[in-house]
Amino acid sequence: MSRLQRIIAVVALLFTVLTLVLPIGSFGGVPAAASTSIPTVIFLVATLAAIGAFRLRSPTLATGILAAIGCILLIVWVEPMDKALAGFWTLLVLTWLLCWLFAEQLSADIRRGKVNDGLFGWLVPVAFGVAVLVAWEAITRGANVPQVLLPPPSMIWARLTASVPTLAADFVQTFKAVLAGFALGCGSGFVVAILVDRSPFLKRGLLPIGNFVSALPIIGIAPIMVMWFGFDWPSKAAVVVAMTFFPMLVNTVAGLNASSLIERDLMRTYAANYWETLFKLRLPAAAPFIFNALKINSTLALIGAIVAEFFGTPIVGMGFRISTEVGKLNIDLVWAEIAVAAVAGSAFYGVIALIERAVTFWHPSIRGGRA
Amino acid sequence: MSRGNLIPILVVLGVIVLFWYAMAVVMNAPWQQTLNARANLSDVPFTEFVGQTFAQDKPVLPAPHQVVGAIWTGLFGAAITAPRSLAFHAGITLGATLLGFALGTLLGVLLAVMIVHNNASDRSLMPWIIASQTVPILAIAPMVVVGLGAVGVTGMVPKALISMYLSFFPVVVGMVKGLRTPEPIQLDLMRTYNASPLQVFMKLRWPASIPFLFASMKVGIAISLIGAVVGELSNNAGGGLGVRLLTGSYNGQTIQIWAALFIAAALAAILVILVGWGEKLANRRMGVRA
Repeated sequence: MSRLQRIIAVVALLFTVLTLVLPIGSFGGVPAAASTSIPTVIFLVATLAAIGAFRLRSPTLATGILAAIGCILLIVWVEPMDKALAGFWTLLVLTWLLCWLFAEQLSADIRRGKVNDGLFGWLVPVAFGVAVLVAWEAITRGANVPQVLLPPPSMIWARLTASVPTLAADFVQTFKAVLAGFALGCGSGFVVAILVDRSPFLKRGLLPIGNFVSALPIIGIAPIMVMWFGFDWPSKAAVVVAMTFFPMLVNTVAGLNASSLIERDLMRTYAANYWETLFKLRLPAAAPFIFNALKINSTLALIGAIVAEFFGTPIVGMGFRISTEVGKLNIDLVWAEIAVAAVAGSAFYGVIALIERAVTFWHPSIRGGRA
Repeated sequence: MSRGNLIPILVVLGVIVLFWYAMAVVMNAPWQQTLNARANLSDVPFTEFVGQTFAQDKPVLPAPHQVVGAIWTGLFGAAITAPRSLAFHAGITLGATLLGFALGTLLGVLLAVMIVHNNASDRSLMPWIIASQTVPILAIAPMVVVGLGAVGVTGMVPKALISMYLSFFPVVVGMVKGLRTPEPIQLDLMRTYNASPLQVFMKLRWPASIPFLFASMKVGIAISLIGAVVGELSNNAGGGLGVRLLTGSYNGQTIQIWAALFIAAALAAILVILVGWGEKLANRRMGVRA
């Protein structure tokens, strides 16, 4: 039981009492107190009991359940109210405190070995994600945040499910460019790296330049590429190629140097020629570096393709949709597009990470069980 | 960069410039032929034709000396406060970059300190911080600018926020690693000295993490600049290098685009070098022998 947990518990008790007595919101102009709703009263009393009865050490499971109920109550309350009052915000703070306490308790339990990390470890980040989503929904609706600034998640979800065909068409258009550019950029970076690797002179000349170019705002060539390759997806693929080429080049060259001299000497004693050494020793040793570049490039590729669409595109594509719907102030559709992009980006990254685990199974960072 | 690399780098750069000139001839040739045909010029000697392709008004690919000329007139041809001056636009971008970079570094360090000192925030924050970077924030930069503009936040702040979002990530990752470099034996020593957590932080963890901080800051300042440039793409009125890119692309002013691009590149290089100097200075003060 750390001091931090005790402090959180005491503050949570304070906010429970505040929520009980303060008006929670106005409904049709009439303010109502939390005590008018029986489930809310039960929740608040249960919180008092769980924290108070165990001398500020509520069991982890109880804290988790209370936090979840707090989230549900917030969503239920905010739906019909036209203006949130003080009690609603104390309830929000209370729910956050419970989520925090839950995260603290669970990670303490895991560290002490009382709870299995593999089975329940994912609950901590998920609890944080849920708490953020609930706070987003509660604040945007409760405080009537202008929709132009930030629409609530429920509205984004409704828009997302309502406009699946548009989103799918945009996704296909943009991902053509992402995949083509990613394959070409990474492929050519890889091949050039292997060619450069044979010449120490070229390596010394090209590497500093490659490192330098990786730090440049390459995305700025997007308007030029649109002029050169037209409005459709090849121009976006060209931007992606330019963005992904240099990280791949630099990382592959660094990776090809990763095998140690003694290992190369061993290959020499086996009378292995250049290609055998390359395929059996140096490329496998370079794999962690190459996958690092692939991971960096997976996010770069998506960004490059979307930003390139700002400079001209047929009337489909994620970047096109984002820029035009911003102009029409349809911010919920823009957020739906962002959600799709985020999920697609994470999935792209995840697939590469999975392949990495399979290919570089021998690497210490994977054998240790953490990628 | 060691001295021995200078000649190879110059050779590679020379090859790139030569290749560029060759490409300029090839890519500008069709349009030049059309122009010459319209002017009823036939049998233009090849050397003269090459000269023509290097001197077009809106070339497909401007020759290097055209870009250099545009940068020169842009930097020194107009008063620094005039909107025609490239230095003026570079200054606007630089302001947003530095503000965003400072905010991002601060946020990154704070998050890293939380993550290192609190097990629960390590577990709950780290996965989301990594996930945050799979969101193509550059793609929504225009929306952030428009959205904040709708509630009255305009000018440098929206761009700086985008830079911040991009630059806090390398700082968090680097600093978490850096703050965890002290070995158990060193932490044990601090314990035998009866050091408070604050003292452990100030005298052991923080100094140990400085090399990681500077390495992260080099990455962070480069992407801060990218964030600021892309943030400008949606706001024609505000000025900045991104606006030069956008207006150049609308009007087909390729030389203007390339000039803005090179200024942005030079700015990125200067900023990274400045951070490198800061690193050397910090290292020297902390007693590292170069």
